[in-house]
Amino acid sequence: MASTLDPSGTVATNTAATQTSDDAHGYYTPGEPLVDTNAPTGPIADRWTNRKMDNRLVNPSNRRKLDVIIVGTGLAGGAAAATLGEAGYNVKSFCYQDSPRRAHSIAAQGGINAAKNYKEDGDSTYRLFYDTVKGGDYRSRESNVYRLAEVSANIIDQCVAQGVPFAREYGGLLDNRSFGGVQVSRTFYARGQTGQQLLIGAYQALERQVAAGTVTTYTRHEMLELVMVDGKARGIIARDMVTGAIETHLADVVVLASGGYGNVFYLSTNAMGCNVTATWRAHRKGAYMANPCYTQIHPTCIPVSGDHQSKLTLMSEGLRNDGRIWVPKKKEDCDKDPRDIPEEDRDYYLERIYPSFGNLVPRDIASRQAKNMCDEGRGVGPVVGDFRRGVYLDFADAIKRLGKDGIEEKYDNLLDMYERITGENPYEVPMRIYPAVHYVMGGLWVDYNLESNLEGLFVTGEANFSDHGANRLGASALMQGLADGYFVLPNTIREYLADGPFEKVSEDHPAVVEARTSVEARIDKLMSIKGNRSADSYHKELGLIMWEYCGMERSEDGLRKAIDMIRELKADFWTNLKVLGTADSLNQSLEKAGRVADFIELGELMCIDALNRRESCGGHFRAESQTDEGEALRHDDEFAYVAAWEFGGEGGQPVLHKEDLIYTAIEMKQRSYK
Amino acid sequence: MNLTLNIWRQANATAQGAMHTYQLGDVSEDMSFLEMLDVLNEQLLAADEDPIAFDHDCREGICGSCDLMINGQAHGPEVTTTCQLHMRSFKDGDNITIEPWRADAFPVIKDLMVDRSAFDRIIQSGGFISANTGSAPEANAAPIQRDKALRAFNMATCIGCGACVAACPNGSASLFMGAKITQLGLLPQGQPERDSRVIGMVGQHDAEGFGGCTNIGECTAACPKEIPLDVISQLNKDLRTAIKNGH
Repeated sequence: MASTLDPSGTVATNTAATQTSDDAHGYYTPGEPLVDTNAPTGPIADRWTNRKMDNRLVNPSNRRKLDVIIVGTGLAGGAAAATLGEAGYNVKSFCYQDSPRRAHSIAAQGGINAAKNYKEDGDSTYRLFYDTVKGGDYRSRESNVYRLAEVSANIIDQCVAQGVPFAREYGGLLDNRSFGGVQVSRTFYARGQTGQQLLIGAYQALERQVAAGTVTTYTRHEMLELVMVDGKARGIIARDMVTGAIETHLADVVVLASGGYGNVFYLSTNAMGCNVTATWRAHRKGAYMANPCYTQIHPTCIPVSGDHQSKLTLMSEGLRNDGRIWVPKKKEDCDKDPRDIPEEDRDYYLERIYPSFGNLVPRDIASRQAKNMCDEGRGVGPVVGDFRRGVYLDFADAIKRLGKDGIEEKYDNLLDMYERITGENPYEVPMRIYPAVHYVMGGLWVDYNLESNLEGLFVTGEANFSDHGANRLGASALMQGLADGYFVLPNTIREYLADGPFEKVSEDHPAVVEARTSVEARIDKLMSIKGNRSADSYHKELGLIMWEYCGMERSEDGLRKAIDMIRELKADFWTNLKVLGTADSLNQSLEKAGRVADFIELGELMCIDALNRRESCGGHFRAESQTDEGEALRHDDEFAYVAAWEFGGEGGQPVLHKEDLIYTAIEMKQRSYK
Repeated sequence: MNLTLNIWRQANATAQGAMHTYQLGDVSEDMSFLEMLDVLNEQLLAADEDPIAFDHDCREGICGSCDLMINGQAHGPEVTTTCQLHMRSFKDGDNITIEPWRADAFPVIKDLMVDRSAFDRIIQSGGFISANTGSAPEANAAPIQRDKALRAFNMATCIGCGACVAACPNGSASLFMGAKITQLGLLPQGQPERDSRVIGMVGQHDAEGFGGCTNIGECTAACPKEIPLDVISQLNKDLRTAIKNGH
């Protein structure tokens, strides 16, 4: 596939948006427009190559004098720490887990995309770029996405060299499968544990650098503040979660690779410890938070079973390759044994509504249609709340076609996990699935070099906003994490570090002392409220508000209501929170309280962002903006922009900066998967 | 269901610990084991008692954080991780004893949490293939026999939870090491460092205070990822070869 557009990269295919609606009036302050001054120009296929050439070099003997802090050891952070260590920089790597190997990238199941075109099915860098921009509903930056597609092939080479055991064909060559939202097979996988295998690869590379002395790891450490000195990010304040000690770590540059904030919904597929604190603390120090309302609700998760539930478990989207999704045509069949419902009484609704993509439509569409079926009263499984929240994912046809062994080989661990959680055997009874929060496309704003608006603060992986627009395609998170970590950041950070080493900062510098004191004061405050409610109870309540009003469907009235509720919740939190124990020892309740406090503030901003964006795009569905057929309706003329929010001060209103999205290599179209 | 829980409480690494008994009612069989502990912790907090510290994160059986000794078995009665164990494996009136991993090389930090950083140091000592970013050849340049690739994958599913060590009467981490050595040794990319890998890892293993393997097999029985015992034979074979080769 080649673009038929003007290849010079100078002819725009769209014009800048002008917003006429103002739903969030009174909740925010309009700010100056935002421009990525580091955006590349020229033909899109040359932009990254030229940028790598243009970025200055750092002499190997200077690298060891440059200190780099990296927060997070998932694919984006772990890969970056390993690569920068190999290059000879002095890296300090932080994670809240007891080992870098446990970062939540490990739970990614399905696979990683790469434009290798091993299947000779018409794939190319341009097509991967095209699919990703389209899948993101034209709300991502084209230069960033093209670069992502470009380096995707290098990632596979790198991982194989490290010994990552991808699935192979009988001839010994790498196997691929297809994934939602695309019509080629470009997904590399390691059964249903691709994230684990890629992360262990990055982890081993990282530990190798620990042995080499270039990387120091700080496990069971949580970043609680960013240190800004003379307008530059120069370090972090972290808490040693075992001793409770508040530590100051200073450096020449700070990289946040701390993951996404899906746990703002309480129930999500994220790990229990995933949190927004690192990025939210940076936001409060001036870093812009971009498109916070863009949330991905994954269509294939195990449904909620009761109030005690602490997390939701994903069943890889890869299952949609072989499973068929259906609900009963008749409401009265919903509580029957699904095996007793004859074929003619089943509604394979995705195949019916989207004949060309069928069960492989993008995640946002599959999720919303599942919700629609359940809202119509045709959901299956136990009644939770006031209706049945589940649809069937049925392997009966695939078992006929591939045999039970064939399915086992492809998905064994997933189907076992399903049986353990639900007590039902998916080889005999269709699985029940329901959408759950899985990933956030929003995150800290970064320029093309992955640098935030704060000088010296870089943001990679899910923690930044840059590559997935309003919806991420399956198998693209692993691609972005490793692209950022192995290939993009190590190249762009050079340009910044070429000006270093910067003048050493003392721990007595007033800005450092201020950061440290503010952390201590906040912990003292959390410990001293001595109220009656646990942090967990606030988290649950926040999650219910977010899921109800800022989940799969959002409306003007609902969002206003949610903002009021969150503000009340925040006030109650700071007067009625209960944390036992002491701050100077291991205290999991205190850790949780700090994270929930930040989630509450984030939740409010997400609702304001969703309220402002009176259009439907990708994972953001506004009830007021849909087609006659109920599909998402974008308003490019008003909203083809990145919403970058600046912290407005304690009790103040957030300031909205808009970065126009202008395309040259692709034309914006209303998405159609029919 | 109603349960009686006997749980190890220890304030910190140096404090003397003891078993404490708690009663918990209204436990649903759909709860995971850790969700049952969440409920207990909320109950303790309400009664002004310090909640029980335990490690957990993904709660889907893959990160390897959770690590409880349940009724004397690492991860409890099923072949899975603690987080994937559900209360339908227990019945009303059960007494459940919950302890941390017990091994010299995994010191207790607090209550049910232990320090497993020794595993990281074993990996640092050779559990990798040296391939600097950017230096990799084309991925399909070297085909790998499918059954070898599959076995490498199966060994690579180790989650580093430490159940093998906790289950072993000797506190040996041979299954953990054997899985990594087998995985990397099956791949052409893993050959150049094969000898130095096993020498480095075994040396660190012993220095950390893990015990020696006497082929009891408790490790593989406890492993939630069903890493087979023969990886230890592979480990010993690689070690012998490396020594013969003059390492």
